Amino acid sequence: MSEISNQLENLSYKAQQIANEASQLASSVAETSGGHSDFIIFGITVLVLACFVGYYVVWSVTPALHSPLMGVTNAISSVIIVGALLAAGPIDSNISKYFGLVAVGLAAVNIFGGFVVTNRMLSMFKKKQ
Amino acid sequence: MSTLTTAAYLVSSVLFILSLRGLSHPSSARRGNFLGILGMTIAIVTTLSNPGVLSYKEIGIAFLIGGLIGTSIAVRIQMTALPQLVAAFHSLVGLAAVFVAASAYYNPSAFNIGTVGSIPIGSLIEMSIGTAIGAVTFTGSIIAFGKLQGFVSGNPLVFKGQHFINLLLGLGIIALIVKFCIDQNQELFWLIVFASFVIGVLLIVPIGGADMPVIVSMLNSYSGWAAAGIGFTLSNNLLIITGALVGSSGAILSYIMCKGMNRSFLNVLLGGFGGEQAASAGGVKDDRQAKQGNAADAAFMMKNSKTIIIVPGYGMAVAQAQHALREMGDLLKAAGAEVRYAIHPVAGRMPGHMNVLLAEANVPYDEVLELDEINRDFSETDVAFVIGANDVTNPAAKTDKTSAIYGMPILDVENAGQVFFVKRGMASGYAGVQNELFFRDNTLMLFGDAKKVCEDIIKGLEN
Repeated sequence: MSEISNQLENLSYKAQQIANEASQLASSVAETSGGHSDFIIFGITVLVLACFVGYYVVWSVTPALHSPLMGVTNAISSVIIVGALLAAGPIDSNISKYFGLVAVGLAAVNIFGGFVVTNRMLSMFKKKQ
Repeated sequence: MSTLTTAAYLVSSVLFILSLRGLSHPSSARRGNFLGILGMTIAIVTTLSNPGVLSYKEIGIAFLIGGLIGTSIAVRIQMTALPQLVAAFHSLVGLAAVFVAASAYYNPSAFNIGTVGSIPIGSLIEMSIGTAIGAVTFTGSIIAFGKLQGFVSGNPLVFKGQHFINLLLGLGIIALIVKFCIDQNQELFWLIVFASFVIGVLLIVPIGGADMPVIVSMLNSYSGWAAAGIGFTLSNNLLIITGALVGSSGAILSYIMCKGMNRSFLNVLLGGFGGEQAASAGGVKDDRQAKQGNAADAAFMMKNSKTIIIVPGYGMAVAQAQHALREMGDLLKAAGAEVRYAIHPVAGRMPGHMNVLLAEANVPYDEVLELDEINRDFSETDVAFVIGANDVTNPAAKTDKTSAIYGMPILDVENAGQVFFVKRGMASGYAGVQNELFFRDNTLMLFGDAKKVCEDIIKGLEN
């Protein structure tokens, strides 16, 4: 009897060790892959949900305002300027920074152009007096 | 990314959603646009406060130059030229996406995605896909712009093996992306950009001018997906959410346009529809004579009508006739008639194009109705006044199964007591199909430039 209980104790000890090793391995895998692989799944979740939001919001837009809708979406798609600003941000000059600055300029054309032209369109829509 | 930054980006995302939501009605639309501006401002300020962003002077200059250019174009552009303006703007988003991706490739540490030569594979995939979509959007939009502006022929350009070449190029890009993800080689990066530029051109050249509403919407969608792709590279939810909003918006608009023509999206994309070839092939010689009227007849008859529905089309935009048309409508209203406008979903060169032009001419938006809202009323209408539209009124779409436009929803102008057609000549419409309506007893053709005809009718009404 005592022999069996000894063996059981041994076994459980070993199991514990293996479990510890496994958890260490898992955490080190997570470290080496960086937080990024986690973001992909997270990002896809956000993307899919946002598509649903977009679907319902856009179907509720009245057809008369489909041109302004294109104007606004054109302007907000220039939110890509966030990436351009990060690229243009560093002090030291290199090719990467210049690419970023060009992208800032291009996106700025779009942001201002898109919102201004939409505002012009919308200011023309008037009700019957 | 700090919690505060993330929260600010979330506020921006919500503001963008509310901005689109505002467009559900003209009365809330301007507030919607304002919310969009607010969201963008928050996004930019938040990014500028990032500790990695230091070169404020250069950024300020680039931003100012871009802003000035954008504003001065937007303030000056004529409303009839909106479709090409939107196409041109889309191309800029595409190009900006390419530059951001290139920048991330050459200096990954600024984006927290490793160092040069050892960028994680996930980021490489996202980067290359974002680049490819951006590059396709860039050249595709430029071709669409050229077609709308008239730099490039509006006729579909088709050649043998076109789709095969596109397929090969598409597969080639995928192969390049795979190789790029393994080697991280800079030549491969630029090859992806170049091949995507080429496919962007090839995708759009076979598509005819009147299919541009679908294409402009599609490119709108692409510019959104490009932004979302860059959002993955930056691990930034704001870009992903906004990209998805824009992407789905463009996709829905393309769908609505396709449905308005009863054609599948694939059918539009494969191209070759319409233009001169179709017109010569499909147009059977017709010896019948259409009845021709003059502006004085039209003025007299409309003055004595109680209900009038005006059906504008692209021809009105080309002739810049919207102001003269509104003036004509005002005189008819003063004479006691009820004047309304009927808009077909694919009238013009971009979704909602006619609505904007009529709004520009001070037509109240509650007099402008969509196909579903007004189509039943034609049978109780004295006069239908078709100006610059053709295919969207052709009854063959309902009766002739062999017609190229069979199944397309049309405005039932044939049911009106009297139909006036303002046209430059007897040429068939974009689909290359003869319009039965021209030969009906209750149809009178008013030949001439749309604006000139309206002005002549105004003179007739004033006498």
